[in-house]
Amino acid sequence: MQTIAQYLPEHPFFAGLDTATTDLLAGCAVNIHIRADEFLFREGTPADHFYLLRHGRIAIEVRTPGPPMVLDTVEDGDVVGWSWVVPPYLWTFDGRAVTDTSAVAFDAACLRGKCLVNPLLGYDLMMRFVRLMNQRLQSARIRLIDLYGGTNG
Amino acid sequence: MGSVADLQPGGAATLTRPDPMLPRPCVVRRVHQDTRDTYTLELEPTDGAPLAWLPGQFTMLHAFGVGEAPISISGDPSRPDRIEHTVRNVGSVTAALVAAGPGTVLGVRGPFGTGWEVGKGRGSDVVVVAGGIGLAPLRPAILELIAHRADYDRVVLLYGARTPEDILFTDDLRAWAERDGIVVEVTVDNGQHAWRGRVGLVTQLVTRAGFDAARALALVCGPEVMMRYAAQALSDRGVRPERLRLSMERNMKCGVGLCGHCQLRELFLCVDGPVLGYDRLAPLMSRAEL
Amino acid sequence: MAEEFGDTGSVDAKSTAPPVPQSNPQSIPPRTLDTAGLQALIDALAARRYTVIGPTVSGGAIVNAPIRTIDDLPRGWGDEQDAAHYRLRRRDDDAFFGFAAGAQSAKPVFFPTDELLWRGRRRRGEFTVEPESDGSSASTAGQGPYAMLGVRSCDLNAIAIHDRVLTGRVQADAHYAARREDAFIVSVSCTDPGGTCFCASMGTGPRPEGGPHARFDLSLTELLDGGIHRFVVEVGSERGAEVLADISAPPAPIDDLAAADEVASSAASRMSRTLDTDGLKELLYASAESPRWDDVASRCLACTNCTMVCPTCFCTTVNDVADLTGDVAERHRVWDSCFDSDFSYIHGGTVRDSTKSRYRQWMTHKLGSWIDQFGTSGCVGCGRCITWCPAAIDITAEAAALRGVPQPARPF
Repeated sequence: MQTIAQYLPEHPFFAGLDTATTDLLAGCAVNIHIRADEFLFREGTPADHFYLLRHGRIAIEVRTPGPPMVLDTVEDGDVVGWSWVVPPYLWTFDGRAVTDTSAVAFDAACLRGKCLVNPLLGYDLMMRFVRLMNQRLQSARIRLIDLYGGTNG
Repeated sequence: MGSVADLQPGGAATLTRPDPMLPRPCVVRRVHQDTRDTYTLELEPTDGAPLAWLPGQFTMLHAFGVGEAPISISGDPSRPDRIEHTVRNVGSVTAALVAAGPGTVLGVRGPFGTGWEVGKGRGSDVVVVAGGIGLAPLRPAILELIAHRADYDRVVLLYGARTPEDILFTDDLRAWAERDGIVVEVTVDNGQHAWRGRVGLVTQLVTRAGFDAARALALVCGPEVMMRYAAQALSDRGVRPERLRLSMERNMKCGVGLCGHCQLRELFLCVDGPVLGYDRLAPLMSRAEL
Repeated sequence: MAEEFGDTGSVDAKSTAPPVPQSNPQSIPPRTLDTAGLQALIDALAARRYTVIGPTVSGGAIVNAPIRTIDDLPRGWGDEQDAAHYRLRRRDDDAFFGFAAGAQSAKPVFFPTDELLWRGRRRRGEFTVEPESDGSSASTAGQGPYAMLGVRSCDLNAIAIHDRVLTGRVQADAHYAARREDAFIVSVSCTDPGGTCFCASMGTGPRPEGGPHARFDLSLTELLDGGIHRFVVEVGSERGAEVLADISAPPAPIDDLAAADEVASSAASRMSRTLDTDGLKELLYASAESPRWDDVASRCLACTNCTMVCPTCFCTTVNDVADLTGDVAERHRVWDSCFDSDFSYIHGGTVRDSTKSRYRQWMTHKLGSWIDQFGTSGCVGCGRCITWCPAAIDITAEAAALRGVPQPARPF
């Protein structure tokens, strides 16, 4: 398997970053593995990481009095987690592994510090996360219309 | 002196041309409940003559004394003796249709409209994008692809449903993936804990799917909003507009281009459609209330 | 003018062969009928078992009804038409056809507001359909094919348009086709175009020209010049010639032919409105987002009057009705309108929800997409949509507005 420093420059989410920056990001990252049905993150806990899934599937879930509802799934190659960007930096949902999953985990607390010191880096990272949030928001909004749903509409 | 309103029709005492508004009686042979509100009816004409139809075409299905609805044929094109329609209960006519048990006689007019023209995809990849009940009009196209599987390269089905309970044709989906060489990706709008598959928009599947967009034939069917976004996603990937075919839906009363209801600007969707290329549809879909 | 016919002016009607009008494929020269001849024509048609239908005065308007004598016609009546305005007026002569477009066209005769398509019976879980071409057990004595008397050129063009729309494409409307079968048309040239007419702009009048877009069997031009009250009769078909042969109609003198031409050109120069059709389809397609649609929508009531009086509108819906037992059901074809609020309803909502989108649909279709669909404009310039619109919306003014022509201030 490639090292993180080799993997990041090839990944579309980080396209356009120079080697110094990808090395810096790699320096804040480690490989992790979690098993099916283990939690990657839990609602209400500090969001000090974001993840890049190398392989597997994470379900974004919300706890209900009944069985949890799956709002979204994140697949191979996707980035998950932007609560690290938004105060109070707490996860808003649960992230549960549907399958055995391997991912690159980024130390977001560390990166927050680096962004303060290096605004250009900060701006660039924020723009990438804004695009990600935009995609997810559009998807959520369209699903809210409930296009397939309802009888006698 | 009477008024015109009192006049009886003159001319020949019998019609000199066949009346396209006259239904053919067809008996329901089997009813299969697919989901909580969707049923597949298998019909046979009472006179025994098979109905010649193409994948993508629809009939006007008539519930005696209630009314008609345009329903796409969802069956196997290699079995013209069985006419299958997958009907979702959304109004008074469809409620009567799904309640028609075996032995009930329904009326059928048609088949009408343009088909998917699956053969245009020979020698290239075929991407099928279905949303909700949209999988039903695409089923005959998929079955045709499978019947001539060697003529096509990669065949990918991307299917979005509301919840796992609303997924149609689950047995078919499994067979197509495991036995027939089709890549099947299913997603739902939201799911419960027990669902181990994808959750999210079907258009997101388009970005990830493996196919050669430049040469691919794409077939899309579902709610119009979904088709608009799916067509955009396919276009963004490089699928050529004339190779991107959508099945459009509008109010239909006659099915033969006479009542005027199904017009989308200059197109009569029952005659020029319902399956049309994105090259013709793109400017018409981008305007509100056209 | 006598010069046009290449003679010296003093003519002997018997010795000079009159020129053959282009509309006459049978090469039968025009004839003349006086008022007794007009009655004879009506009688000849009735004798051939036609149901003769023509204009009559009823309820303050000119409407179609069965005709038996010339006294049933609106003799001496004219009309005043303007946007949202229709009145009959007494003429100072006794012209039979001295008015413009009547309240209806030929449409309700060949394409009734409600047509029974078929009746079905259900017995023991199966049903049988009895196709019917007539509405009921009504006796058909004397109900033979229709003879329309007094069809205007605009309406003649509209009939041809309906023939194309309803019988010339994928499948024919069998009931319309049956009503059109054997129908006899006697058209008339307009002498007094109305306040909302613009047939000249649309190339559909004021004189019936015959040909594939405006077929007639016979066509009349009424002459009231101080001489005998008479009609020049042009023959447009073999059938027309046969009927004319039943009555005595002497050849029309050269001067009468000239007078008929003069009537037509005078009428053409007295159109109250014009419609510039140049590039109109492309303009409408490109104007889908024009603010003008909001302007007209603020006035339009979506009352559907325009579609009802329009001779080319053809939208219908289907009503399936059952009796109380549920064992007998009928299917009816009834008029519908794109202005209706649920015309474009599909599960999930109505596509054209706003009045604005519906007006845009109607006008774009009538003047634009109709051309792509059927090869001609859908408008014949009869002006009825202007006359009968309660909000005085004028399609010619709306088209001009879309072109950017400043519109005069409206009275209300």
